[in-house]
Amino acid sequence: MSESCEITLTVNGVRHQVSVEPRRTLADVLRIDLGLTGTHVGCEHGICGACTVLMDDQPVRACLVFGVQADGSSIRTVEGLAANGELTDLQQAFSRHHALQCGFCTPGFLMLAEGYLAETPAPDRVAVREMVSANLCRCTGYQGIVDAIVDVAEQRFHERPI
Amino acid sequence: MKPASFEYHRATTVSEALTFVNELGEDAKFIAGGQSLVPMMNFRLARPTALIDIMHIPKLNSIYRDGDSLIVGALTRHRTLELTTDASVVEGFALLSSAARWIGHTPIRTRGTIGGSLVHADASAEWCMMARLFDAQMTLEGPRGRRTVSSGDWFQGMFSTAADFNELLVEIQFISPRRYGALAEFARRHGDFALAAVAVAFDVVDDRLCNVGIVIGGVEGIPVRASEAETLLEGASLGAVDVEGAARSAAAGVEPMESEPGEAAYRRHLVDTLTRRAIHDALATRVQ
Ligand SMILES: Cc1cc2nc3c(=O)[nH]c(=O)nc-3n(C[C@H](O)[C@H](O)[C@H](O)COP(=O)(O)OP(=O)(O)OC[C@H]3O[C@@H](n4cnc5c(N)ncnc54)[C@H](O)[C@@H]3O)c2cc1C
Ligand code: FES
Ligand code: FES
Repeated sequence: MSESCEITLTVNGVRHQVSVEPRRTLADVLRIDLGLTGTHVGCEHGICGACTVLMDDQPVRACLVFGVQADGSSIRTVEGLAANGELTDLQQAFSRHHALQCGFCTPGFLMLAEGYLAETPAPDRVAVREMVSANLCRCTGYQGIVDAIVDVAEQRFHERPI
Repeated sequence: MKPASFEYHRATTVSEALTFVNELGEDAKFIAGGQSLVPMMNFRLARPTALIDIMHIPKLNSIYRDGDSLIVGALTRHRTLELTTDASVVEGFALLSSAARWIGHTPIRTRGTIGGSLVHADASAEWCMMARLFDAQMTLEGPRGRRTVSSGDWFQGMFSTAADFNELLVEIQFISPRRYGALAEFARRHGDFALAAVAVAFDVVDDRLCNVGIVIGGVEGIPVRASEAETLLEGASLGAVDVEGAARSAAAGVEPMESEPGEAAYRRHLVDTLTRRAIHDALATRVQ
């Protein structure tokens, strides 16, 4: 076993210092060391997107980043979305549009969409379809996921401060 | 699966990275975006004893113009190249931004780097094709000092390049701008590596095609130039471009890999179709 390294991660605004083996992926650091099991792990080779989190505001595959590589960065996970028990507009839209069935893929889609909408405030439907093709959902057929994201994009666009 | 254990070292300068690799030897590996290396480690197809993280060498993350050339630092992310569309920087290399969009998906492109892609050297990788198309020069730093390898000599076989284990790719210089270009690909699923891909670029002078480049990716073990098809199109007048002839010639010229029975014939067929499509699309960029 190789030596553990001390790393610092800011996760959902909270600073954590953890000692991890270099081979531990960011997904496993979040799940095992920090107990944040909202980030799911499916394939561990970048295909399914269940592990998608925001690293310094950019969507990344947490299974393809080692925790040690993420040292010093700021991470957002699905646990950071709802505040005081109140779901965010995006989460509510997922619920309203039946954008989930089993829910395994949902944390990944939420973080992917969260990162995307921050960068692209008024996407069209085609662009949203293209973007969600990054992640796999075995249940919904994507229609509801696209509907939810388009809905939130429009809502946020109309409510934006001018 | 989980990867085997390894030591981790973070380099913040090129010389630090070279010192690490010199000390750690051949079983150590540089890690950039990790988007090819980490999946291989998770599958235990790769078991480096140590990783040298090069992502924190700021000076290798850059895109700038130098006369006719476009110079890209090895650590530049796919996503950055995708979003770089400023004509004063990418004039003659506009295809790079659209090619980037074919690489996996956004969360892969935010981490993966052009240098990692060129060293990994998948025959269908978009950057490997673009390097051949725009005659890239790869600059390496290593124990022998600094040296430059042209794209024609860079690819030495499947997943194999001219770079030695202890050399760091620092910079990629694209030297042959072309005004018009297009990339056509076919993959079974959106975002997958292409089964076959064809990139075309040319200039137009006095209504005739010139500096024609055609690159075929994913069909042989390395990306290849379709030189006969290029010659066929060189000097063609815009009204009479023999698209069919060029496509036939490109398809006839390849020696496709075959991992499943029938795949070679299928890939050859794809080269024909994709060459037509790429030439048509490139001509259409001219009309716009
Ligand atoms: C789901 C998925 C889909 C993908 N689809 C595509 C696709 O369609 N097209 C495509 O082209 N790619 C695709 N990729 C691969 C992706 O583009 C990688 O980013 C790229 O191949 C490697 O770049 P990296 O920075 O991640 O390199 P790493 O994975 O960090 O490294 C790759 C190799 O290069 C070496 N290396 C890296 N940088 C240097 C350097 N500067 N000098 C010397 N050696 C170096 C490493 O030691 C390693 O051997 C996909 C990946 C995934 C996970
Ligand atoms: S678990 Fe990371 S992409 Fe599937
Ligand atoms: S809701 Fe089951 S995988 Fe998407």
